[in-house]
Amino acid sequence: MIPKKLDLKDSQIESPDLLPKIERRKFLKMGFAVTGLLAGGKILSLLSIANKSFAFSKEQYPYKPHYSMLIYQNRCIDCELCLEACIKTNNVPTYGYRTNILHRKVSMAVDQQVEFIPVLCNQCNRPPCVTGCPTKATYKDSKNGIVMMNYKKCIGCKTCMTACPYNARYYNEEIRSVDKCDFCYTNRLSKGLTTTACSEACPAKVRIFGDLSNPGSELYQMIHQVEKTVWVIRPESGAAPNVFYTRG
Amino acid sequence: MAETKTQQVAEVVIPTKWDILIGRLTGLSKSFYLALGLFILMAIAGVGAGLHAMYIGYHHAYNVTREVPWGILISTYVFFVVTSTGLCLVSSIGHVFGVKDFMPIAKRSVFLSIVTIVAGFTVIFFEIENPFRMAIYNVISPNLTSNIWWMGTLYGAYLFFMILEFIFLQLDKHKVATYAGFMGVISGIAAHSNLGAVFGMLHGREFWYGPYMPIYFIASAIMSGCATILFFTYLAHRVNSERIDSAVSRALEVTTKVGILAICIIMFFTAWKMITGFVGTEGKTEAFMTLLAGKYALNFWFLEIGMGMIAPLVMYILSKGKNLKMIFAGSALMIFGIFFMRYDLVVVGQIVPVYYELGVNEYETLLSYSPSIHEILVVLGGIGIVGTVFLLGEKIFNAHKVEEHEYETATSALKVLEPIKTETSK
Ligand code: SF4
Ligand code: SF4
Repeated sequence: MIPKKLDLKDSQIESPDLLPKIERRKFLKMGFAVTGLLAGGKILSLLSIANKSFAFSKEQYPYKPHYSMLIYQNRCIDCELCLEACIKTNNVPTYGYRTNILHRKVSMAVDQQVEFIPVLCNQCNRPPCVTGCPTKATYKDSKNGIVMMNYKKCIGCKTCMTACPYNARYYNEEIRSVDKCDFCYTNRLSKGLTTTACSEACPAKVRIFGDLSNPGSELYQMIHQVEKTVWVIRPESGAAPNVFYTRG
Repeated sequence: MAETKTQQVAEVVIPTKWDILIGRLTGLSKSFYLALGLFILMAIAGVGAGLHAMYIGYHHAYNVTREVPWGILISTYVFFVVTSTGLCLVSSIGHVFGVKDFMPIAKRSVFLSIVTIVAGFTVIFFEIENPFRMAIYNVISPNLTSNIWWMGTLYGAYLFFMILEFIFLQLDKHKVATYAGFMGVISGIAAHSNLGAVFGMLHGREFWYGPYMPIYFIASAIMSGCATILFFTYLAHRVNSERIDSAVSRALEVTTKVGILAICIIMFFTAWKMITGFVGTEGKTEAFMTLLAGKYALNFWFLEIGMGMIAPLVMYILSKGKNLKMIFAGSALMIFGIFFMRYDLVVVGQIVPVYYELGVNEYETLLSYSPSIHEILVVLGGIGIVGTVFLLGEKIFNAHKVEEHEYETATSALKVLEPIKTETSK
C-alpha cells in the first residue's frame, strides 16, 4: 500500500511546544533533545545529545567560540531587512542568496496565517558538503566551526550543492565558485564585529547570534532554558545543524 | 652500390606503417564515410556547444539550478563511465582471467572502454565549472573523505592502465598487457563503486541514500558492458563486411549469457528499490511515485524497464545466443534504455526539494528539470566521439583481430596469459 500523503502543513512539524513541559524535561534529563513533532504530534523527534557534537551538555562544544544562531520563528515579520543586509555585506548577486525566508500557511481556528521561516547555512557539525567536496574548497574551520569557502579551490562540481540538506549553497558566477553563508566571518567577524549582518539588521530580534560554548552569552542562556523547546530543521539529515529554532 | 640498390628495392616493396594506415582508411564504402562524417559533425557540434556554454556562462546555457544542480551532463557522464567499466570488466574475463571463450572480443572491448571513458570525461569537462582548477587542486588539496575525489582520481588511473594495456596489446607484449589490464580492473571497480557511493552516501537525498548503491553500480556496469560489446561487435562486422567466425560467435554467445544474468540482477535490485521506496519519508515516496505513475513513468516503464531490461532479456533468451541480429537489436534497445536509467537516477534523486516536508509554499511541489539545447548537444557530442573513434578504430586497428591460434592456449584464471598476438601489419 502506498501511504497517503500526510497533511503535514498543519501538523506543527517543528513545534514541539505541544509537548507538556514535564515531558520535555524528562527527555532532556535522559540526554535527549526534542527536535520536532510530526504528523500532528503523533511522532516525536528526539536527538540524543549525550555523545554528539550537537551537544547541549555544557562541556561538549567542539569549538571555541562555537558560533551558532537561534531563530525565533514566530517573531519574523518578513520585512526582509536581513536579506538586504546580507546581500550588501557579502556582495551576493541577484540570482543567488545566502539566507532566505520561507513562507508557510498555518491554519488557525479563525483564519489562515502565514508563518515565516528564515533559513541559512546551518554550519553543520557533520557537514555533508565538506565531506563531499573533492578539493577541500569548502571546509569546517577548526577554531570556530564555521563552514567556510576557499573560493580559488572550488572546481564547480556542485557536489556540495547536491549534498547540502538545507539548500544553503549557490554557484556564484562572478567569483567562479560556490558561495554560502559564513556567519559573516569574512566580512564582519574577522574584522572585529561580534554579530552577523542579518542578526544586526533584524528589527524583530529574530536572529540571535552568538557563542554556544560561552555560558555568559545570550544565545547560550536561551538555548539552555529547560522550559524552552528548541529544534532544528530536518534533524534526520544527520548533519547536526548549529542553527536552532524556537518560538517565544 | 649493388647493396644500396637492393635496399632501395626492398623499401619500395615493404610499405611503411603510414602507408598501411592510409590504405586502411581510403577506398571505403560511401556509407562508412557518411556515418563517419555524421559522427564527426556530432562531436564538433557537441564540443562547440560546450565551448559556447563555457563562454556565455553555464547558468545561461544549461538548465541546472540551485535546487537541481546535476542534470543530463552528469547522468551522461555516469552512462559513459558505467559503460566503460562494464566493457573493461567483461573483456577482462577473457584476457586477464584467461577464460578463452571471451578472448575474441577482448581487444575491441579494451579499445571501446577507453573511447567511452574519454567521451565521459569530455562531457563532464563541460559540466564542471572550473575544470582547470580541478587539475591543480585535485592533486595539491585532495579530500580523502570525498567519494568524488576518489572516483575522479581512480578513473584517471583506470584510463591510464587501459591505455597502457591497449598499447601493450598492440605491441604484442601480452604479459605486461595482462598486468595493466588487471590494474585497470582493480582501479575500475574501485572508481566505480566510489561513483555509486557518491550517490549512496548522501544522507540528505533519500532517493539515493543506501549501502546498496556501489553494488548496484557494479552489477549495472556488467549489464552495460555486455550490451555494448554485443552491439559493437556485431556492428563492427557489418562495418568491416566480415563474416562472424565461430570463435567470435561463441564469445557473443557467452557474453549474451552474462548479459542475461546481469539483467536479472538489475531487475531484482530495481524491484527491491521500488519496494523499499515506500518505506521512508513522504518526499522519498513521492519521488518513487513520479517514477511509477507520474512524470517519469514513461521513462521508467517504457525506457528503463521495457527497453532497458525486458525487451533485451526476452530477445537474448529467444536468440539462444545465436541469432545475432536479434542480439544486436536487443543490445541497441538496452543501451538506449540504460541511458535513461542513468538520467532518471540522477534527476529523480534531486526532484524532491530539501524543504519538501517542511510544508512551505516555496517547495510545495516537486522540482523539475529538463535539459537545454546546449546540454543536449554536449551529450550528442559525447556520442559523436564514441561513434567517430569506433569507426576509425575498426579501420586503423584492423578490426581488432585476435587470431584463433593465439588464444587457444589460454591458461586459467589469474595466471598470466599466453600472449594474444595482434595481427601484425603484412
Ligand atoms: S547547511 Fe548545507 S552548506 Fe551549510 S554546513 Fe550544512 S550541509 Fe554545508
Ligand atoms: S562545487 Fe566547489 S565547494 Fe562544492 S564540492 Fe565542488 S569543489 Fe567543493
